[in-house]
Amino acid sequence: MGYLEGFGVTFKKLFEERVTDPYTIGKGPKAPKPERQHGRHVLNRYEDGTEKCIGCELCAGVCPARCIYVRGADNPPDAPVSPGERYGYVYEINYLRCIHCDLCVEACPTEAITETKLFEFSFTSRADAIYTKDELVVGDDGKPQHLPWEDWRDGEDVHTSAWMRATSPSGSAVFEGIVAWSGELGYGVRHPEQGQAHEDRHERAAMEEEHH
Amino acid sequence: MGGDPLFSNGVDLAVVLIVIVKVVVTFVFLLIATMLMVWFERKLIGDMQNRIGPNRAGPWGIMQTLADGIKLFFKEHFMPERAHSAVFVLAPFLSFVPAFLLFAIVPVTGNFADGGNGTVEIFGYTTYVQLADPPIGILFALAMSSVAVYGVMLAGWSSGSKYPLLGSVRASAQMCSYEAAMGLAVVGVVLVTGTLETTQMVLVQAGPGPFGWVPNWGIILTAVIPFVIFVIAGTAELNRPPFDLVEAEQELVGGFNTEYSSIRFALFFLAEFMNTITMSAIFVTLFLGGPAGPAPIGPAWVWGLVWFFLKLFVFLFMFVWFRATLPRFRYDQLMHLGWRVLIPLALGWLLLLATGHIASDQGWPLGIAIPIALVVMAAASGLIRVASRRALEARLAELEPGGVVL
Repeated sequence: MGYLEGFGVTFKKLFEERVTDPYTIGKGPKAPKPERQHGRHVLNRYEDGTEKCIGCELCAGVCPARCIYVRGADNPPDAPVSPGERYGYVYEINYLRCIHCDLCVEACPTEAITETKLFEFSFTSRADAIYTKDELVVGDDGKPQHLPWEDWRDGEDVHTSAWMRATSPSGSAVFEGIVAWSGELGYGVRHPEQGQAHEDRHERAAMEEEHH
Repeated sequence: MGGDPLFSNGVDLAVVLIVIVKVVVTFVFLLIATMLMVWFERKLIGDMQNRIGPNRAGPWGIMQTLADGIKLFFKEHFMPERAHSAVFVLAPFLSFVPAFLLFAIVPVTGNFADGGNGTVEIFGYTTYVQLADPPIGILFALAMSSVAVYGVMLAGWSSGSKYPLLGSVRASAQMCSYEAAMGLAVVGVVLVTGTLETTQMVLVQAGPGPFGWVPNWGIILTAVIPFVIFVIAGTAELNRPPFDLVEAEQELVGGFNTEYSSIRFALFFLAEFMNTITMSAIFVTLFLGGPAGPAPIGPAWVWGLVWFFLKLFVFLFMFVWFRATLPRFRYDQLMHLGWRVLIPLALGWLLLLATGHIASDQGWPLGIAIPIALVVMAAASGLIRVASRRALEARLAELEPGGVVL
């Protein structure tokens, strides 16, 4: 039967449980997004309100889609934008090119650029697709700005860069659970996060129950 | 062997109307069936891979194909700069039109139960429930599937782009290779039913079979082997998995239709699935007795429809099952299977069938006729082997020592 066994395998699958998680549950609410989802970027700020970006262009260098454009400038001595010597004078991300690989987030030495959970955004002009610094930098409450063409849902702007806090620097297990990042405006120094798969399942099960 | 009984009393308005209605119904039926087939394939293959499949548009996602079609209509028509524009525009229709025409010769239903002659009565006119019943019958199907090769070949050639060209070169070689095996399998059915006309074939198959309870279907009359050959060759002819080298995404981007967009692409896509349906219908007609089957209560043509679609469904399911299960053939495996396995097998089996046929006609004992045929076959294949060996040796001898030997 050697050659024909495969047909039995595929036929049996017809009666097995599906492993796909639906995007919405019935006609109900959208499913909660994984905490480590790669969405639209934000530029973070320190607790004192200064920007984290130092204009080093590492993100632009590492970007495989070449969608990031950065130009640094010296901080004005009387009103510094960032704590260091230089700051990101121009910062642009072209979302027509971005593939949300998060290499920029990994490359950033100051955790300036991280990703939110937002992916439901669409624009009708190319100009809208190119996010400038004005749109990327977090507001005074430390949360990403909500632009008119973006469909934000509860909690998507809270979990920025969760994966960075769940894994350890350079992938070394020694650092797991140890805080190795700076504080953020509106949040302070965030706690380390555990792996997410387990929690996601719980959250979804609760939601499904509520819906039925 | 009269043609369509439509013409026995001359052609008047009602006859013309019946023909027009048949054309429209066939057209609409095929379009809707294709739409449902695309959905069915995506849904079923999703199930076979532990996925959900389309579930957004309409109940169970059944309108998904319609949504895709509407989307494709509004997409940009793109033509590469170096494309041959006239052929580029023509090619999708060369694929699409034969797919429609192929279905014209399939008897969909009719009164085949209890000695019926396969006709139905509409408004006092007697007619077959099929678009056309040409005397060349099944040859028309082979002809149309050959024309469909041009659609694929010209699409790749006229694109002015290398991957489509590679895809179309593969397609033409593959389809030409398997047409031979397919034709030989069909000859087997023609031999045992004694006719080329599809309606007559179904009539023969509707008759009483061996032992009184076994159906007199082509698959049994030809002893299964031609059926297996026809299914394999038919799958290759359709360019469906595991013979989808034409559209091998991993190697050829999208295959012959890479440069096509918008509704022209949709035509190729629809033609492929429509061909799947029509080819399944041909399988049913040739080997499973078409709409023939018992009709316990009610009009026989309703039962004909039921049987026809049940049998059709078996093959549609089979095609999707193939796709879900089998990995794609390598090109040399494809050619090996076509030329070295299927064609000799089909030829040999045809010889045996013919021997059996003549032996029973002439009253010769089968126990002697079949072994003689086997001996003849063995001798012939031995001679061919010797001949090809000699030819190879001669060619090798011509090469100087150290020359390129393949």
